[in-house]
Formats: sequence, structure tokens, C-alpha cells
Amino acid sequence: MQETVVSGQTSETSWWTRLTAGPLRILVSLIVPVLTFLALRWSFAYMRDTEANKLLIGAVALIVGVGAVWVLFILTDNVVSLLPERVRESVRPFVFVGPALVVIALYLIYPMLNTLWLSFGNANGTEFVGVDNYLYLFTSPANLIAFRNNVLWLVFVTGFVVSMGLVIAVMVDRIGFWEPIAKSFIFLPMAISSVGASIIWKFVYSFQPAGRPQIGLFNAIYTAFGGDPQGWLIIKPWNNFFLIAIMIWMLTGFAMVVISAAVKGVPSELLEAARIDGATEIQIFFGVIIPYIQGTLLTITTTVIIMVLKVFDIVYVMTNGQHETEVLANAMYRELFRFRHYGRSGALAVILLLAVIPVMIYNVRGFRQQRR
Amino acid sequence: MTLETRTDGNRAMAWLRNFFSAAPVRLVVLGIAFIWTLPTMGILISSLRPEDSIKASGWWTMLEHPFEAAQWTMANYARVLTTDGIGEAFINSLLVTIPSVVIPITIAAFAAYAFAWMEFPGRAVLFVLIVGLMVVPLQVTLIPLLRLYIGWDMNGTFLGVWLAHTGFGLPLAVFLLFGYISSLPAEIIESAKVDGASPFTTFTQLVLPLSVPVIASFAIFQFLWVWNDLLVALVFLGTSREVSVITARLAALVGERGEQWHVLTAGAFIAMVIPLIVFFLLQRYFVRGLTAGSVKG
Repeated sequence: MQETVVSGQTSETSWWTRLTAGPLRILVSLIVPVLTFLALRWSFAYMRDTEANKLLIGAVALIVGVGAVWVLFILTDNVVSLLPERVRESVRPFVFVGPALVVIALYLIYPMLNTLWLSFGNANGTEFVGVDNYLYLFTSPANLIAFRNNVLWLVFVTGFVVSMGLVIAVMVDRIGFWEPIAKSFIFLPMAISSVGASIIWKFVYSFQPAGRPQIGLFNAIYTAFGGDPQGWLIIKPWNNFFLIAIMIWMLTGFAMVVISAAVKGVPSELLEAARIDGATEIQIFFGVIIPYIQGTLLTITTTVIIMVLKVFDIVYVMTNGQHETEVLANAMYRELFRFRHYGRSGALAVILLLAVIPVMIYNVRGFRQQRR
Repeated sequence: MTLETRTDGNRAMAWLRNFFSAAPVRLVVLGIAFIWTLPTMGILISSLRPEDSIKASGWWTMLEHPFEAAQWTMANYARVLTTDGIGEAFINSLLVTIPSVVIPITIAAFAAYAFAWMEFPGRAVLFVLIVGLMVVPLQVTLIPLLRLYIGWDMNGTFLGVWLAHTGFGLPLAVFLLFGYISSLPAEIIESAKVDGASPFTTFTQLVLPLSVPVIASFAIFQFLWVWNDLLVALVFLGTSREVSVITARLAALVGERGEQWHVLTAGAFIAMVIPLIVFFLLQRYFVRGLTAGSVKG
């Protein structure tokens, strides 16, 4: 629109634009995050000195945090508006997108590269040791158990969650009035934190010596059938499965809800036609419903895999990796905080990262195809 | 379904047949729902029983005579809220969670708008990068950030956790908001431009109000994610009473008070209250948000 005004100076402004736009873009990208950060830090330090009430700190910090972000966005935009025409329009997008890029660079990209570097270093990152940490992780018996357990988690949680979610989704579709109620109760564990779920199940697995009343559901049922009370969480290697059950309990409802939405999308004409052709319900399930919703099944499977791969909370709370229940994420935490070994801890994190790279590539390709 | 197309008589027959064939399925599904609920029921009932009776008999024995008022008590709740520091941890959780939801939404909304409606060099590449970063396991960021925080004297502060959650939540937030904002009709954005609105005004007056549904979905997802998170809170805040959030406090209680179920059950239930309220009141957004956000790393 207003470009016509300056069209005569195009050749002159273009080199100037090119020269100034770069630094200016970086500058406007930094204004919001850096100044917000400084404002928050200053207000925190000030309140710490005055020993302000905690709720007051929260309220002030919220106002400063949120308010500062907005004020600074407005401010930056106004400053950019003062710039000469050509420069302005090439800089302005960075007022919007810059802060997000700066935060992502600082909180995701830089740490990722740094962790990769640390994983080739010694305990406190002062010396380069090559692949020693990786060799250690792939040979030490304790860590091999962690690898084994992660595989167990991946296979059993993913397998059970997806297949049970699918079966329940198909069944729940046919129970009419009760459907939303049954769905709510099966989905409910998804709202609970892993820590809460762990306490819930620790109580289910609770153990009292024989002769004492069993207050854990599992041992109560087991002794009612004549068994001796068991400490379920210390029986190797089955204790892993008792932990795995917790995550299955948490995620099945989630899989069910997602798959259920897909099942409802199967055209009823398709199902009717199959029934008229004399197909049994089992044949319809495998021949019509599953092929129709396979995209959803793939999505939910990768989603569950990513969640399971990083399982930490459940193991941390239930056993803290004792009795051969260690998993990679807990081992990583332990290396970091108990042994202060940045190298090994970093190497474990890198292994987790490598494991999700196929999903990352799949996501990016899926996104690009969708955009085309 | 296709029942509408049939005649009345047939419809009644079909309904009957449907009812009887559905009966076993209904039984199985309701049975599963019941089993799924039992463990949670166990801690809810136990949290309302006196310490001695929790130890003396299983929680299910309460169901034999549920109306004897004397066997119920609120004492466990009073105790965990004060003595065990769950009350303080609850407030800390709120202080951590609210800014950790609001700050990333603000920053992500601006970015999503730019990705959707502005031209700038590197736009496609940067966005693909963000899509890729969504599933990065946050474990991979912990050590360097911890070292930075120690250097900046920010370890164990709320500020550090807010910014960490902001960083970890941003790729997902940008991705979700972009999907929605880029699908707004181009005519609306164009007409605002023609009317002389600056990109900033277009964004705040037009795009933001229109994006409320997607913002709500992400907000609920992020709220639950941060509220239920243990790892980030443990690493950047630690377990000291003054700053620890409710999940970290509970995890510490499991260690300190392993078999004191009157404490653990009441504490666990307090931690569940807010997610459960969100779950029952906003179930539609809850499902949408969880589904959209489940890929987060």
C-alpha cells in the first residue's frame, strides 16, 4: 500500500535494509524475554529482602510476569513502528516470533547440544572422555537392567493400553445410556498425577505379615484364596509388572477416549453392509473397524511410546529403582543428583533423545505432507 | 443409528434384540469401570478413617456399615494440611502452575500469529524445527539448565521453574495455536489490514479473541501437566518445605511416612482435588487438550 511512496528509492534502501535488518531483528527478539526476566528477578530479589508474604510474592510475580510480557510486546511494537518503512516491515515479524525463538533456543536447543557435549565428558564435565560413558552404560549390570526394564515397559504398557483401549472403545459404543459414565470412570486416572497414582497403588499392594489383617486389596484377595501375604514390590522380576500395571491403569482410559472418537467415525452404512453380508461381529471388528481407524491407532501408539519411554515418577515413588526395577529416566536422575556424574547422566538423556528421533522425523514428515 | 429408517414394529424388535445382545457387553464394560475405580476409592475412603482403623481392617469393610458417623473423620486432612506441610505445598503448586500456564500462552500466541500471517525469512524452517522439538524428552535439557541456574543463583526459585515450564511448553503451544490461527479465514485478516489496523491491533483485537477455544484447550493441558509434574519440580525447586510443590512433597512423604496411610491417603487426595474438578467440569476441553498435547516431550 504505502510502498508506492518510497518506490523511487528501492535500490538505495535495499542494501541499507539488508544491513540493518539482521541486528535489529535479533535486538527486538531479545527485548521481551530479557527485560521480563530482569524485571522478575529484580522483583523477586526485592521481595526476598523484605520477607514479603508468600501469597503476595505470588500475586506480584504474576502481575509483573504477565504484565511485563504484555507491556514489553506493546513497547517493542511501538519502537519498531518508529523505524523507517522498509526496515520496519522486515523487522516487525520478529517482534512477534522473536521472544518464542529466544526462549526455545535457551531452554531447548542450547541445553540439548550442551548435554550431548557433556555426555562425552567426565563426571563434572571438565575432561573429554570419548564414548566411555556410553560404554559404561551398555556394560554395567545395573544399567543393563534399566534397559531391559524400559523394554518391558514399552512392550507391555503400549501393548495393553492400545489393545485394551481399542476393545473397550468398541464395546463402550454399544451400551447406550451407560456409555458416558463408564467412560468417565475409566478415563479418570488420567487426571491424577503419577505420584498420586503411585500412592493409590502402593496402598493396593500394601503388605502386612501373615496373621495381621491385610489392608491392601491385593493381599486381601490373595490371602482370601488361601495364599500367604506377599510383598509384591520386592518379588523380582515380577515387581516390574506391578509397576507397569499402574501406567496401564492411567493410560487405558486415554487410549479408549481417543479410539472411541475414531470408532464413532466409522460410517454406519459400512457396518450395516458388512452385517447384511453375514459378517460376524468379530469379522467386522477386524475387517472393517480396525482398517478404518488405523491412522488413529498409529497416533495413539506413538504417543504412548513417547510417554512410556520417559517413565520416571512411578518408579521414583514406588521403589526408586530398588529390587531391579530401575528405568532409564530414574537412572538419569540418580546419576545427576546422587552421584553428580554429568557425563553418565547426560549420556542417559541422550539415549532417551535418540529413542524419540524416529517419532520426531515421523511428525515432521507428517506435518510437511499435511501442509503441501 | 439406522433405526430411524425402520418401521415402528421392526424398531421395537430391533431395540429388544439390541438390548439383549448388549447386556453382556454392558456388564463387562461396567465391570471394567468398577475395577478401574476401586483403587481410587480405596484411598478416598481410607483418608476419611481414623489411623487405628485403617491399620485394623481393610477399607472395604467400611461399606458394610457406611452410616455409622463415628467411624468417619476429617482429622487426617487437618493433620496433613498443617503438620505435614501439604497446605503450604498446595499453595506453592498454585504459585508455580498459574504463571507456568499464562506466560507460555502469551509468548506462543504472538509467535503462532507471526508464523501464520506474516512473512519472514526462515519461517518454514523454524516452524519445522519447532514441530521436531515438541517430542524432545525434557531430560535432555536438565543438566545444562541446572548448571545455568546454579550460576545465576536461580536454583530453587519459582522464577526458574516458571521459565523452565515456559520453555518446555512453548513448542507444543506454538504448534497448537498455529494450527488454529492459520485456519482463520484470510478475508478477516485482510479486511483488518485494509481498514488500517496494524498487525499488533489485528492480533490483539481480532485473532486473540477468536482463538479462545484453542487457548482453553492448551491451558487445561498445560495446567494439568505442570500441576501433576514431579521431575521438573524436583530438579529446579527441590524438596525443601518452603518451595516444594505438592507432588514433590507427597513423594517425600512416601519416604518419610511409608506405612502411615492416614497421612498418605489424605495427602494424595488433596493433590487430586483440582485435577478432578477440572476433569468433571471441563471434560470436553480436557479430552481435547490432552489429546492434542499428548505428544509433548
